[in-house]
Amino acid sequence: MSPESALAIAGAVRRGERTARSVTDAALEAIAGRDPELHAFLHVAADEARTAADAVDRAVAAGRDPGPLAGVPIALKDNLCTRGIPTTCASRILEGWRPPYDATVVGRLRAAGAVVVGKTNLDEFAMGSSTENSCAGPTRHPMDPTRVPGGSSGGSAAAVGAGLVPLALGSDTGGSVRQPAALCGTVGMKPTYGLVSRYGLVAFASSLDQIGPFARSVADAAALLEVIAGHDPLDSTSIDRPAPEIGRSLDAGVDGLRVGVVAELLDDTAPDVARRVREAAEDLARSGAQVEDLSMPEMRFGLSAYYLIAPAEASSNLSRYDGVRYGLRVDGPDVAAMNTATRTAGFGPEVKRRIMLGTYALSAGYYDAYYGKAQRVRTLIIRAFDRAYERVDVLLGATAPTTAFPIGERTADPLAMYMSDVCTIPSNLSGHPAISVPFGAGDDGLPVGVQVLAPALCEGRMFQVAAELERAAARRAADGERGT
Amino acid sequence: MSAWETVIGLEVHCELKTATKLFCCCRNEFGAEPNTNVCPVCLGLPGSLPVLNEFAVELAMRIGTALNCEVRPSTFHRKNYFYPDMPKDYQISQYDEPINVGGWLELPDSSRVRIVRAHIEEDTGKTSHQGDTGRIHAADYALVDYNRAGVPLVEIVSEPDIRSSAQARRYVTELQAVLVATGASDGKMEEGSLRVDANVSVRRAGADAYGTRCEIKNLNSLRSLGRAIDHEVDRQVPLLEATGVVRQETRHWDEDAGRTIPLRSKEEAFDYRYFPEPDLVPLAPDPAWQARAAGAIGLLPAARRERLHGLLGGAPAAQQVDQVHVVVGQGLDDLVVAAAAQGAPAELALVRAANELAADLDAARALDPAAFGALVVMETRGALTATQAKAVLRELMSAGGGDPAAIAAEKGFEALSEGTLAAAVREAVDANPDEWARYCGGEDKLAGFFTGLVMRATGGKADGKAIAAELRRLRG
Repeated sequence: MSPESALAIAGAVRRGERTARSVTDAALEAIAGRDPELHAFLHVAADEARTAADAVDRAVAAGRDPGPLAGVPIALKDNLCTRGIPTTCASRILEGWRPPYDATVVGRLRAAGAVVVGKTNLDEFAMGSSTENSCAGPTRHPMDPTRVPGGSSGGSAAAVGAGLVPLALGSDTGGSVRQPAALCGTVGMKPTYGLVSRYGLVAFASSLDQIGPFARSVADAAALLEVIAGHDPLDSTSIDRPAPEIGRSLDAGVDGLRVGVVAELLDDTAPDVARRVREAAEDLARSGAQVEDLSMPEMRFGLSAYYLIAPAEASSNLSRYDGVRYGLRVDGPDVAAMNTATRTAGFGPEVKRRIMLGTYALSAGYYDAYYGKAQRVRTLIIRAFDRAYERVDVLLGATAPTTAFPIGERTADPLAMYMSDVCTIPSNLSGHPAISVPFGAGDDGLPVGVQVLAPALCEGRMFQVAAELERAAARRAADGERGT
Repeated sequence: MSAWETVIGLEVHCELKTATKLFCCCRNEFGAEPNTNVCPVCLGLPGSLPVLNEFAVELAMRIGTALNCEVRPSTFHRKNYFYPDMPKDYQISQYDEPINVGGWLELPDSSRVRIVRAHIEEDTGKTSHQGDTGRIHAADYALVDYNRAGVPLVEIVSEPDIRSSAQARRYVTELQAVLVATGASDGKMEEGSLRVDANVSVRRAGADAYGTRCEIKNLNSLRSLGRAIDHEVDRQVPLLEATGVVRQETRHWDEDAGRTIPLRSKEEAFDYRYFPEPDLVPLAPDPAWQARAAGAIGLLPAARRERLHGLLGGAPAAQQVDQVHVVVGQGLDDLVVAAAAQGAPAELALVRAANELAADLDAARALDPAAFGALVVMETRGALTATQAKAVLRELMSAGGGDPAAIAAEKGFEALSEGTLAAAVREAVDANPDEWARYCGGEDKLAGFFTGLVMRATGGKADGKAIAAELRRLRG
């Protein structure tokens, strides 16, 4: 039996058929039962969750509007600031830090009646693709404990994939929502850059970071996005216009829509993954879409550009963890020695690697050759997308090159790990939205995600196609069960 | 003629007089309890983001316009280096695309100093070293106050057009007057509102190429600026004469020791790894906003001085020229103009502004011009003595205004009628015939003796000048 959808829970709570408290208690019980094995959570905020649930129930009882996500349990990636609740980014360096404020998205969730049940595991400071780079140890895949859930938002993906919570938030800098969503068989999306406020998201690479939803259905993901999207005066890069209508178009179908299947989002993927993407394209064509193959050669430079821009920004963003004001401090004879000792002890190897890469890329004499050139590549990729969107309405490709891989397989080889994000990085560089929808399984029986990409602020159209793919996948699953 | 020429370029950091900080809503104020004007943004807490203060941009545009700069679309960069009083361990500043470029400032001596740029950046917190002597190397620990972190600054960079310590002081004085006149700054060097770094080099007189420069930091007063430049020239010239070489380095001015000491050499200079600040969007003030900023500037110091000279009439005395500079430099000239418009003589209003008002700027700038004007009128009429006028002015300043006549009455300051004064002088003269004879014989200093007697007899209500006049009249 599949777990309940967020919208069904919210509906029942809003109508007074169920209490938020009972839903929350059930989620906390599920976490207590399953998480010792999964390790999706770094912190379960049981008391705060029950208090929040009781407030929702009081609102319902008093006849006040409890919000569109009333009583829906939600898990937050542990790089989203939560007032009074530990926020560690899975790093020793933030040990013991409790933010004095809520991220803007967290405030919006609370206002919408959602119940935050805990903080989920991630690669340290969101740097990684497997959730193995966590100071607290890895998260396991909900369907196979020997495999990774993907990353960096692996804890959120596993929590939703395992049915512990119907919704979760992650952050996506190079694919960190979409890739683990694909690996764990959930929906995961990255909004247009600036659609969702970054205020309170601990920065990794500021020009690429976006917060995005995990859900078990396209409709739930749309409902969550509608709650968190919209202008925030606290984020200067937040887009100052009304959030796009998302949920209304889910049943509109794809008749007449032009879909481009991107060669660069298929060629380097495993054959079983590529096959599912082809099937998805066929299903869209059968539903009336005009499907064509196209090529965006510029995408091949995306990974290289990303691994200069993201570490460069990270090297600056992570400077503040110096032992002076909060988190870990390892003493030394003077301030510089204390800074060094703190950072040496507080950061893990992947974070150190990226700080060094980024510091080098920004150094005097190297800036133009590395950071400057990477920014020019970024411009070329944006233009390539613009040209593609003159011909088609959405693009289609794989989300991740493979299904979930074994724990430990890629940790010794950073470049192999970096390749996990090759299909998702272009959308971060361009700032465009993209969504991963579960679409069947690979040869190993583990989930495959198909990725839909759309122009800036065309989330409505993107979700429209995603919903069609969800229906197509369900038809294929049903046909499979009937043995046809 | 000296064989060496001094070449100076100045970098002046000006704290902008905004209500709130550059990137958050914390108050921008001097002297608050440590770490009370702080929030997640100016503490650089994880997840916080900067939002640019519009009024800071407006003040920066006023400065640029007043300095004849081109006001341009601009961007922000991050300047990365580790320092405990910098919460993010990078400073948000403007780098290759500053808001103001290429202007000049004309000094009262008619020399012109060209301006390279005047850009926006954020201030840092303040570290105080604790224990033992309070000096860095002997300190047990340090405390950091982040109240100043994120306060808006405009850094004004001059070309190396300045040729002496005296000219450097004139430049900073005039710049301070411009910053006060435009409303951008309170101009208080003693509170760190203006901080100066000096790039100093020397070269053989007549040479085209510049010598190797040293940057001197920690110049917190005009006096420090002048002394540090003179010291640095005295250090560099013998070095060049003996070895032919000056090392390019950053040096710290030690005010107590009266010398500069090396901080770091060019080789040790930081690599700031500047890159565009991704948390802020490019700044492109539209022409209407630029025009509003330009329109808000009002009269610049040169015009303000001219206005006062016009009120004084004729050729002003050297002392008055100095008073005009002080009053305009501190932004008090509007009070003098207002007093004159109420019928007070500009000369006396100027004296009171340059002395009593300038001694307490915060109170003076908040003072009701009408009250000041009324006070000067009373003093001029002889209704108050100079001493009484100063006492009433202190009351007015502490209250921000009021009725000077009422305050004078409350204090029992009733000026003596001419008859009472004359009678008191007569009495003193009659009671001391010997002294009077000596005074009449030419011992002028005995005027003080008689003045003291009259003051005592009138309970201090007599005006010293009026007594002296009466004594002279009696002597004939």
